[in-house]
Amino acid sequence: MTRQLAPHPSTKPTKPGPAAAPKRRRWTQRTRRDFFVFLALALPNLVLIAVFTYRPLVSNIYYSTLDWTLGSPSATVVGINNYVTFFTSDDASKVLGTTAIFTVVTVGGSMILGLLIALALNAKVRGTTFARSAVFAPYVLSGVGVGLVWLFIFDPGYGVLAWLLRGIGQQSPQWINDPQLSLVMVILVYVWKNLGYCAVVYLAGLQSLPQDVMEAASLDGANGFRRFITMSLPLLSPTTFFLLITSLLSSLQAFDLIRIMTPLGTGTSTLIYEAYLQAFGAFNRAGYSAAISVILFAILLVITVFQLRFVERKVHYS
Amino acid sequence: MSSLSPVNPDPTAPPTQAPDPVIPRDRPFSRRNLVQAVLGGYVPLILATLVVFLPLLWMVLSSFKQPGEIITMDLEILPEGLNLQNYQIAMTTVPFGQFFLNSAIVTAAGASVKVVLAILTAYALVFVRFPFKNVIFMLILVALMVPPQVSILPNYILISGMGGKNTLWGIILPGLGTAFGTFLLRQHFLTLPNSILESAEIDGAGHWRRLWRIVVPISVPSIATVALVTIVSEWNEYIWPLIITDRPDTMTLPVGLTLLQNSESNASGWGILMAGAVLVIVPILIVFAALQRYIVAGLTQGSVTG
Repeated sequence: MTRQLAPHPSTKPTKPGPAAAPKRRRWTQRTRRDFFVFLALALPNLVLIAVFTYRPLVSNIYYSTLDWTLGSPSATVVGINNYVTFFTSDDASKVLGTTAIFTVVTVGGSMILGLLIALALNAKVRGTTFARSAVFAPYVLSGVGVGLVWLFIFDPGYGVLAWLLRGIGQQSPQWINDPQLSLVMVILVYVWKNLGYCAVVYLAGLQSLPQDVMEAASLDGANGFRRFITMSLPLLSPTTFFLLITSLLSSLQAFDLIRIMTPLGTGTSTLIYEAYLQAFGAFNRAGYSAAISVILFAILLVITVFQLRFVERKVHYS
Repeated sequence: MSSLSPVNPDPTAPPTQAPDPVIPRDRPFSRRNLVQAVLGGYVPLILATLVVFLPLLWMVLSSFKQPGEIITMDLEILPEGLNLQNYQIAMTTVPFGQFFLNSAIVTAAGASVKVVLAILTAYALVFVRFPFKNVIFMLILVALMVPPQVSILPNYILISGMGGKNTLWGIILPGLGTAFGTFLLRQHFLTLPNSILESAEIDGAGHWRRLWRIVVPISVPSIATVALVTIVSEWNEYIWPLIITDRPDTMTLPVGLTLLQNSESNASGWGILMAGAVLVIVPILIVFAALQRYIVAGLTQGSVTG
């Protein structure tokens, strides 16, 4: 690899060549050399991305047309049967419903709480730098570890939450056994883990607001709340849009917490978790799992395309 | 502190804006200002910090507790002593030492290869002439949006077919291509002043030398950002190692913790599970505490540029 990269003395492009040498030829040599340098530098990464990111997208579409038990040597082509099964069975309403609730509540919850925390972090008092790092910390921690810690807190017998509820004379709900409460529990922990990200991004947005405009409004007598609603919030809309897209994408991919807190996925089986359970849970239904992955990817693609178009328009018209 | 904005640790970035003009306000220690600072400033800050810290503190405290201190109707906040028994049990029930080693190898090998690949690709995309570079960059951008979760089944079939099940290389290989690092470093390389590289080129330095002698040394903060974000995500990576390993000798820490969870399913096991959680969470917490500036910057990148 290095051999190609080390410039051969005779091809050094910038050394002024013999006066008679035509300019175009030097340029061509340099172009050809750069062509190989580029391949040597970028090809390993590009091949890896092609094999492990792009190829699976195509493979998934192919697998989704098969009736195939994972590990079995034979498979039957069934066309769009897996999709038909998904959309005509209870799975569709159950899984899509869970995905929708989980996504909407976690995205909304992390963004609203994140914005409130960002406003607190934007106060001109000491200690904001420390608090900013503190609220961001859960975002970088292992979902497996975090999930276990919260599972203990939610434990109906010996958890902190049960103890607090006993203090006010209440029984702890059965977080694990009740499918709906399981979903509530996973959503709460997911928001806890991710709101620091929204807070820090919103804080950056708040700090890049034009100070002179905000101060003019302040001198005009607009109070804090009014200033926030009529000025900060509209000015923050690019940040809000960015967070909406990134949070949507990551909520749709949430896996770790669901796996640790509700391994069977009762009440918490989102698209990604259902795809995992179908292939790697009890059933080994690889074709069906691939079909669910394709549906998930289609949703992610729509969001991404929507984002790109929106950004493009913003760039064009501003 | 200027780094409050999603920090750009980039030394060549334009200087931060001038300090706010001073506006006349009440005297600094007037009663009104103090009350406002406490209610509007400190109370929400402290609340937010506590909501984050209390569960983690609870994890650490519980990891030192005996089953008798956990299975009780009265909450005992502090453990009776610094009892390491839970850690011992956790480490003998499942081979935690092995998990730790596996996680360290996967993280170190995976992250170093990814960072090098990101540097090489980003350099090629910015400084080397090549047809259709924009198309290639677009393909990398799109790859950034493809979640690894939708690729697990095809990658499982490929890697297990290659004999990579229950091997460390099988865990590492599918994640090596890096769209994130390439994207981030490309954006940074584009801001480097062209004049430095041109003068190096005139001095006869080839691409290889320009890359390692000039571009890399002046991009250390950005490379550190990419490296740290990569290390954190490799360490926490869960779904892929979970699928590709089912034997303890090649499991990483998060997968091993799941194994521990399965074997400690009754209430007396909480202390042991918390000890396991500490072993997974605390190393990253330490790295984060020391280098949070870069990690936060890397993870929130793009938010300001849109």
